[in-house]
Amino acid sequence: MTVMEQRGAYRPSPPPAWQPRMDPAPLLPDAEPYRVLGTDTAAKADPDLLRRLYAQLVRGRRYNTQATALTKQGRLAVYPSSTGQEACEVAAALALEERDWLFPSYRDTLAVVARGVDPVETLTLLRGDWHNGYDPHTHRVAPLSTPLATQLPHAVGLAHAARLKGDDVVALAMVGDGGTSEGDFHEALNFAAVWQAPVVFLVQNNGFAISVPLAKQTAAPSLAHKAVGYGMPGRLVDGNDAAAVHEVLSDAVRHARAGGGPTLVEAVTYRVEAHTNADDATRYREDDEVETWRRHDPVQLLERELTARGLLDEAAIDAVRQDAEAMAADLRERMNQDPRLDPMDLFDHVYAEPTSQLREQRALLRTELAAEQDEQEGDPR
Amino acid sequence: MTTVAVKPATMAQALTRAMRDAMAADPAVHVMGEDVGTLGGVFRVTDGLAAEFGEDRCTDTPLAEAGILGAAVGMAMYGLRPVVEMQFDAFAYPAFEQLVSHVSRMRNRTRGRMPLPITVRVPYGGGIGGVEHHSDSSEAYYMATPGLHVVTPATVADAYGLLRQAIASDDPVVFLEPKRLYWSKDAWNADHPTDVEPIGRAVVRRPGSSATLITYGPSLPVCMEAAEAARAEGWDLEVVDLRSLVPFDDETVCASVRRTGRAVVVHESTGFGGPGGEIAARITERCFHHLEAPVLRVAGFDLPYPPPMLERHHLPGVDRVLDAVARLQWEAEN
Ligand SMILES: Cc1ncc(C[n+]2csc(CCOP(=O)(O)OP(=O)(O)O)c2C)c(N)n1
Repeated sequence: MTVMEQRGAYRPSPPPAWQPRMDPAPLLPDAEPYRVLGTDTAAKADPDLLRRLYAQLVRGRRYNTQATALTKQGRLAVYPSSTGQEACEVAAALALEERDWLFPSYRDTLAVVARGVDPVETLTLLRGDWHNGYDPHTHRVAPLSTPLATQLPHAVGLAHAARLKGDDVVALAMVGDGGTSEGDFHEALNFAAVWQAPVVFLVQNNGFAISVPLAKQTAAPSLAHKAVGYGMPGRLVDGNDAAAVHEVLSDAVRHARAGGGPTLVEAVTYRVEAHTNADDATRYREDDEVETWRRHDPVQLLERELTARGLLDEAAIDAVRQDAEAMAADLRERMNQDPRLDPMDLFDHVYAEPTSQLREQRALLRTELAAEQDEQEGDPR
Repeated sequence: MTTVAVKPATMAQALTRAMRDAMAADPAVHVMGEDVGTLGGVFRVTDGLAAEFGEDRCTDTPLAEAGILGAAVGMAMYGLRPVVEMQFDAFAYPAFEQLVSHVSRMRNRTRGRMPLPITVRVPYGGGIGGVEHHSDSSEAYYMATPGLHVVTPATVADAYGLLRQAIASDDPVVFLEPKRLYWSKDAWNADHPTDVEPIGRAVVRRPGSSATLITYGPSLPVCMEAAEAARAEGWDLEVVDLRSLVPFDDETVCASVRRTGRAVVVHESTGFGGPGGEIAARITERCFHHLEAPVLRVAGFDLPYPPPMLERHHLPGVDRVLDAVARLQWEAEN
């Protein structure tokens, strides 16, 4: 007789009742990216908003071509173009209120400019005269972050702090598809959901992380699906449809502001140019694919919608283009001046109060610079 | 299998060749990291490896440094020899947890039962006009972690030889690649011997009698140039290339300093808390009675790495090295 038989038939005790903490269904993204342009919904969109988006899109495109030209002239060390992704950039800035904060990645210069930061200050990092050109407080824009996904927890912390203080401020944090693989992405989303922090995460899924396609980055059905596991809604949107991105982001911002917690938005778009001007995209992708996406161009999409509905005529298009041209001319002119650099700045901002070691090193550099100057002026010493 | 007929001409090519030869020689060797496959790495150092050995042996990973190194730990536990690439110095920081908490101490924790033969390749250092986070010299962090070898080649021959040794080592090796030397061809060591000195040995690159310049990686060419320039002042400088920061070759360094009586340590990472402090202390402890002047350090300033337009003021150049040498003379005479 086995022990089991001695005791009688084995009957497991029923497990404790288990219930999911919430119904995941409302958190799930739609199967198809949300679209507005070219659908019936478009008629309901605010014409003024669409025109504002259009003007910013055209400016953004012009900014991208101008900045790329500046790399060829050696005025910028490097430029990661967002051509093809302008709708995400512009909508990101326009979905926020003045009191909100933006946490951009290194490719998001357009969002920063659309938020009102001086284009030249936005390019400082890439020109190489300083790591960050603007005062983050002026327009509530954090420095462009180069280490991927590392700024996402900052956005959560800021939003949480604002809420603790009783301010209805929202933080919008931007990250690429590749960046979603980093541990910081996970940690930020988890914190945001647990704290119900007023944050919106915008993933610009542009197909590639340098050379690595999305299929090698994630096995998830979509990046928006990742939200559900953290307990926040995931939204999937056509990233080249400025009206759709703006609507989805604005909803998410409103939801966060009202105390509803974070949202993860995945905008499906495409990086039309190479990763940066230093990258050779022919090594990892076919021209056909690029062409298909060029035909789904965010500027064209909106322009067609607006013209078809009589909201934009040739004259208005011209005016927008001239405005963009003027912005580019101003950018070109100011970027073609050598930045005024003072090497002594190196020591001024390491600490609030410089260490004695830094004061020593500062003195050494001052002597070196004086000697350099004497040499240039032909001082006989 | 195709054989590359030409000898590697640049350091980048020598590194590629070392990985290729190691992979051909041992099926356990796997290369992985961000963009190392189709693209061949952002510096093209893994170029052609995926095509030759397949994507299972040269793998584009998801973009996650902690994941890359953490997965390498598991792979090494199961008998593979991972060679991982961290795309840039400052992007290795997310992997620090794995490096410090597991990679460096697995052998010790397991009383030698579980060695981790992992090579972590890290392009490091400045001087290439990189934007923020692309120019850090992080060697002091690695040196401060017992259980890691820390190696950095300065010549084409060492790039090949040291990387082969690192991959063959049964211990984890942080392999620091001075990115500003990737494309330089070192004329003074052009015949690429592949049987270079072992990890842990320093090499006298230029014999001299007046003082010793102790350096490594990106600062070696600077010191060689300074030694040439110093001849005009009547100084005959010896240049020691450390090659390996851990283990540290006290013997070669001290033999040189005892001969010359004076030493300057040159590196571009910060001076305060930097590698030079450790080196100067070792020399002082071992060679005190032979020293005719204090051991000096020429290092980068104690700053977050400057933006590209200002980096020349930060990086120790020939003039700063010569100034230090002049100070040695002054110290000696007064
Ligand atoms: C932590 C970290 N690892 C590696 C890099 C190097 N790197 C810069 S951009 C990039 C690809 C980013 O891809 P994605 O997140 O999709 O953004 P995208 O460039 O497509 O806008 C990589 C690997 C980095 N900046 N930070």
